[in-house]
Amino acid sequence: MPEGVTIEFTNVTKRFGSVEAVSDLSFTVEPGQITGFLGPNGAGKTTTLRMLLGLVTPTAGTATLGGVAYRDLPSPLATVGAALEAASFHPGRSAADHLRIYAQAAGLPRARVGVVLEQVGLGGYASRRVAGYSLGMRQRLGLAYALLGDPRVLVLDEPINGLDPEGIRWIRLFLRSLAAEGRTILVSSHLLSEVQQSVDEVVIIAHGRLIHRGTLASLDMVDSKQVIVDSPNRDGLGWALQAAGYAFRSLRGGVIVDNADATEIGGIAFAAGIPLSSLSQKHAGLEDSFLALVGEEGAL
Amino acid sequence: MKSFGRAIHAEFTKVTTTRLWWMLALIMVLYVALVAGGLTAILGTVGAGARGPVLSDADRAPLIYSFGSSIGYVFPVLLGALVTTSEFRHKTLTPTFLATPKRGRILVAKLVALTVFGGLFGVLAMIASVGAGSGLMAAFGQDAQLGSSAIWALAGRAILAMALWCAVGVGLGVLVPSQVAAIVIVLAFTQFVEPILRFASGLTDWSAQVGKFLPGSASDALVGASFYSLSAPSLVALDWWQGAGVLLAYAVVAAVLGYFTSWRRDVT
Ligand SMILES: Nc1ncnc2c1ncn2[C@@H]1O[C@H](COP(=O)(O)OP(=O)(O)OP(=O)(O)O)[C@@H](O)[C@H]1O
Ligand SMILES: [Mg+2]
Repeated sequence: MPEGVTIEFTNVTKRFGSVEAVSDLSFTVEPGQITGFLGPNGAGKTTTLRMLLGLVTPTAGTATLGGVAYRDLPSPLATVGAALEAASFHPGRSAADHLRIYAQAAGLPRARVGVVLEQVGLGGYASRRVAGYSLGMRQRLGLAYALLGDPRVLVLDEPINGLDPEGIRWIRLFLRSLAAEGRTILVSSHLLSEVQQSVDEVVIIAHGRLIHRGTLASLDMVDSKQVIVDSPNRDGLGWALQAAGYAFRSLRGGVIVDNADATEIGGIAFAAGIPLSSLSQKHAGLEDSFLALVGEEGAL
Repeated sequence: MKSFGRAIHAEFTKVTTTRLWWMLALIMVLYVALVAGGLTAILGTVGAGARGPVLSDADRAPLIYSFGSSIGYVFPVLLGALVTTSEFRHKTLTPTFLATPKRGRILVAKLVALTVFGGLFGVLAMIASVGAGSGLMAAFGQDAQLGSSAIWALAGRAILAMALWCAVGVGLGVLVPSQVAAIVIVLAFTQFVEPILRFASGLTDWSAQVGKFLPGSASDALVGASFYSLSAPSLVALDWWQGAGVLLAYAVVAAVLGYFTSWRRDVT
């Protein structure tokens, strides 16, 4: 694999009439890892990716791949492979013909068509018209198009939409192996949980603005102040917590105590002679942190 | 220009990999053969009657053969317009522009590829009109003029006209990317608006000077024979090469306007 390609957005802004879809966005995406590009619906993810690919012209700012704008790349499909959310197929054309057209346009060997169709698991459907494809099969065909030029950069917009669990597992492993080869991988999603098992880095936007940028671990910062505790003697536990001035809710799986520390709650139960069956500090999930971040800006 | 050649190749493959082209070609061949054959039969039957021949051999053959383009031209226009608008409709502009980011190059490649396809339609239409017409003329014992070089020159010009019409369709497709709107415009203009304009323009001298630049008039001038010139022999016409130039101008002007109004815009 030749050296990696860095994606760079510099002060990118896009206005559609009065709507500012992307506002002064700057970030870089490094090779050799998978970067998750996250944000709620309408955050501007697709618009940002389309600006990178020269499909949408930025109102201001630049987006480059290895320092070069997409439109100036000498062999674009061999440099960047992209699968965007909208299905872009003529329904009357077969998958193999669809790919053959763009292989011809980009000067790629025709044999690549069969290779990528096998790679995404569509080998058996190559000559079937796309009109009869399921959502997941279309998603795979979009991915096959992205892989056509064996590119060093992959840009995927919501690639997991419509895939079955087996497909999701496959794409995770697949992207992992591509990143390990030193390729640059940018994957958008509106759900952190969809990508958290596979991404190394996250870029989070809301309302077209950058909200957070860092490793996945950097998201796991906000620990909650909740304790989950349970006892065979729930009533007794309740009395003891009430006496100590804690607010709590009794659920089927245990009692949730707000603004508490597990050590303190254990001490209170011990002092009251209440036997405990479980006691733990509740961690806020990554998804909660994500929601807290984009929530400040307000999802749609 | 290696990448330009590749773009033309890809645009050509786009046409051959869906059913549209041969369905349009099939309907065109049947329609042209029916009209050319039917009219030959009517003329033959009338001519065999007591009142003598309506048309001389030298007039009949070119008239019948020119039906290939004079009624068949709507099919290459539809092909060009439908192939182009389907790129917008099915969002295939995204993979197209990703593979070839120089958009002007693709538009020129599309014009070139579809002009070739229009020429193919022209060949098929002439086979239909000459085949059906000459066969029936022979059956009526008339001279089909197949040995005349003027007839073959006419066929060649008709093929050129069909090729240019397909390019006009591409231009219309970029100018009016909505597929439904483009179809309505093609059908309304070719079947209704233009015939009326051509007829009306012939009523005064000055309007005839304008009317000869209508695309249908230019096409008939290029081919050199049509049922219009028969029904209104006094119509002013361009030279054949001027007719070709006018048709080409329609295609190029529409494509350039379309490049700025739709082709160059954001693909979202
Ligand atoms: N062609 C367009 N014309 C006008 N507004 C647009 C256009 N394309 C996008 N927008 C607006 O830009 C904003 C960002 O849209 P975008 O599709 O980039 O969001 P997204 O993050 O991809 O959302 P999703 O998760 O739903 O795919 C939205 O407010 C949208 O309405
Ligand atoms: Mg989107």
